Amino acid sequence: MSGVSVELSGSEIIIQFLKDEGVKHLFGYPGGAVLHIYDALQKQDDVMHVLVRHEQGATHAADGYARATGKPGVCLVTSGPGATNAVTGIATAYMDSIPMVVLTGQVPSHVIGCDAFQEVDAVGISRPCVKHNFLVKDLNKLAETLKKAFYVATSGRPGPVVVDIPKDITAPHIKVPYLYPEKINMRSYNPNFKGHPRQIKRAVGLLLSAKRPMIYTGGGIILDDASAELRQFVRKLGFPITQTLMGLGAFPGTDPQFIGMLGMHGTYEANLAMHECDVLICIGARFDDRITGVTSKFCPYAQIIHVDIDPASISKTINADVPIVGGARQVLAEMNKILDNTELSIDQTALEAWWQRIKSWQEEESFAYDRNSDLIQPQAVVEELYQVTNGEAYITSDVGQHQMFAAQFYPFDEPRRWINSGGLGTMGFGLPAAMGVKLAFPDKDVACITGEGSIQMCIQELATCLQYDTAVKIINLNNRYLGMVRQWQEFFYEKRYSHVNMDSLPDFVKLAEAYGHVGIRVDKPADLHDAMKEAFKLKSRTVFLDIITDREANVYPMISAGKAHNEMDISPLQQQKQASLKGRGEKV
Amino acid sequence: MRHIVSLLVENEAGALSRISGLFSARGYNIESLTVAETEDSTLSRMTIITSGSDRIIEQINKQLNKLVDVVKLQDMTEGNFIEREMMFVKVKAEGESQRAEVKRLSDIFRARIIDVTDTTFCIELTGSGEKLDAYIRAMHENNIVEVVRSGSMGILRGEKALTL
Ligand SMILES: Cc1cc2nc3c(=O)[nH]c(=O)nc-3n(C[C@H](O)[C@H](O)[C@H](O)COP(=O)(O)OP(=O)(O)OC[C@H]3O[C@@H](n4cnc5c(N)ncnc54)[C@H](O)[C@@H]3O)c2cc1C
Ligand SMILES: Cc1ncc(C[n+]2csc(CCOP(=O)(O)OP(=O)(O)O)c2C)c(N)n1
Ligand SMILES: [Mg+2]
Repeated sequence: MSGVSVELSGSEIIIQFLKDEGVKHLFGYPGGAVLHIYDALQKQDDVMHVLVRHEQGATHAADGYARATGKPGVCLVTSGPGATNAVTGIATAYMDSIPMVVLTGQVPSHVIGCDAFQEVDAVGISRPCVKHNFLVKDLNKLAETLKKAFYVATSGRPGPVVVDIPKDITAPHIKVPYLYPEKINMRSYNPNFKGHPRQIKRAVGLLLSAKRPMIYTGGGIILDDASAELRQFVRKLGFPITQTLMGLGAFPGTDPQFIGMLGMHGTYEANLAMHECDVLICIGARFDDRITGVTSKFCPYAQIIHVDIDPASISKTINADVPIVGGARQVLAEMNKILDNTELSIDQTALEAWWQRIKSWQEEESFAYDRNSDLIQPQAVVEELYQVTNGEAYITSDVGQHQMFAAQFYPFDEPRRWINSGGLGTMGFGLPAAMGVKLAFPDKDVACITGEGSIQMCIQELATCLQYDTAVKIINLNNRYLGMVRQWQEFFYEKRYSHVNMDSLPDFVKLAEAYGHVGIRVDKPADLHDAMKEAFKLKSRTVFLDIITDREANVYPMISAGKAHNEMDISPLQQQKQASLKGRGEKV
Repeated sequence: MRHIVSLLVENEAGALSRISGLFSARGYNIESLTVAETEDSTLSRMTIITSGSDRIIEQINKQLNKLVDVVKLQDMTEGNFIEREMMFVKVKAEGESQRAEVKRLSDIFRARIIDVTDTTFCIELTGSGEKLDAYIRAMHENNIVEVVRSGSMGILRGEKALTL
């Protein structure tokens, strides 16, 4: 409906705008302040409203939807408690730079500031965890404000945007002309996209001069849909690549050039290669503290190239020798062009020697676990899931050990398949996120790898799964512990386990059934395969696999606080292997 | 090092809280902050005095620039700039000799007496922070009733300007 303006109420403008913006799903929960909007909502069916069971669920579902599709996730919640319940999900999206627009109802303009019923300063509360937010004060500016919100959320370094809408703005009887704003101009907001050509050239020169090069990429590649360009780049160079937790899948997880995730629970080889490399290029990653370990000992021999669209990411924690502010896709495309036309060449002998060293680290098998145990090992469950889904499923996860096992044992060959909360580490994210993904891709396998602690933080969304036929598979790695916390207490507090025992657990099978789903409990390794098969055979059902795993399993390797990449704690199995491979120098 | 950062900001409710919130959330120092509407009523001009290591200052500038409400930013410290602050001081002025003394001191500092009662003077003084400090030091401590300082404002010398 372009060109001709029509007279619409605020509520109608919101709905019509969402249609015009191409929004298909709206995750929400009604209440007093948004009643007018809900009235307009039920008069149409272009925008599908998904009634969650808790506003946190709405935000995570929208977030999962956004991560899987690349399109902004959209939520609608009421004022006061609706808005505060949404905050955790908004902060989760903010930390991982996920495009999201959250519409919050607000009390009528004339009572703002009077402690009105269900009034909370939503703009103030959300300010530190949004990319930007708006309070709509003028009905005539509603459409423009919504457009700005979507533009800000999706451009540059993406992020969540809150639009707070007082009830009077949505009144049904007050109508104003509406025309979909195709374009928006904001003088104060110009996300810089293009990397400086001279810097890009310098970067390529430095890369080609390397003897022990390393490529380290992150969520920025996925956010910018730069996977294809990254693959070309990495293959042209023949260098090893590591990816952060947020970057997994951008470069294929099964490709031999990928040497695993880096950081706190990354592979031995990726972390050692980081420590020993002489040139490091970082693209779309932010040198998070779970990556760098102690910064004073980070990459001691490396010259560092950093490509990021956000200038504030560059030299924030680690100084960049060659900073490049630009979009990952554009900069990678430029570098690929230069690589195709350059006279310079790589020192193949040095590169070969470098790969040999990396392979010797790989031989130690840092992810090895006990395959003969009578207890179900969590790693084995993820491997089984990988087999049964051909490595092609969308996997969401919660936060804890299970999240790390998922990242370590389910190699993703495509971007946007691995969906987890990395920056905020929000327990409760997995199930609603899976729901959001399944709504976007109803024909795909979607599984949520979770723990008995995390799943209980948004378990109510099982009802939403039934209502909207989002048949997701819940893989509950049930260790009866807040396992990740228990691991820290084992390592750093001499096993003084303090309040990590998940006592009084519900019977998850019965719980799933009570919600109208299928529940299956697995407690023997021998039953794992069949149960997993069964779960995925039930295409149209949400299945809760409650898998009783080894309580004491730990995530290895681990870089503890204050340690460097070459100071990992390794698993007992790797220690044995290391001893048997014996006598290898770890020095450059 | 001490830095003086000038900003042009959208003149919107909430812009100030975004900026002050950034400083408190990230633990940056803020010595003073002044703000007022400019000749263009859609813009506010803000001067922030802050301090920190080079890395912190770089982050402050980048994080400020990232705020959607910030239209333009300039770290004046890198150039040739003028910095001024304004101060009101209310002092006790009782009896001939005390009143004369305050007047004499104010003349030396080119301060102006802007309000007079039988027992007090109110003085207005503009200058660098150090000059204002010196005036307060020179004034007998127990003579001072009240001090109001505006925080610094800055402007670049020469033709360079922070405008749209
Ligand atoms: C229990 C737990 C354990 C963890 N352990 C690990 C671990 O072992 N290893 C690990 O890697 N992480 C781990 N994490 C995750 C970690 O906390 C961080 O979330 C993660 O490392 C950050 O990933 P990233 O650097 O890719 O940055 P992201 O948060 O994905 O940020 C993306 C970066 O890309 C930039 N960007 C955005 N768009 C573009 C664009 N168009 N072009 C270029 N750049 C762009 C952004 O400005 C930003 O700097 C763990 C999290 C939890 C909860
Ligand atoms: C909302 C929230 N509260 C607390 C934490 C701290 N935390 C991190 S991991 C973890 C334990 C998670 O337990 P579970 O879901 O059972 O996973 P496991 O580690 O056992 O696999 C906790 C409590 C968190 N990340 N999020
Ligand atoms: Mg657990």
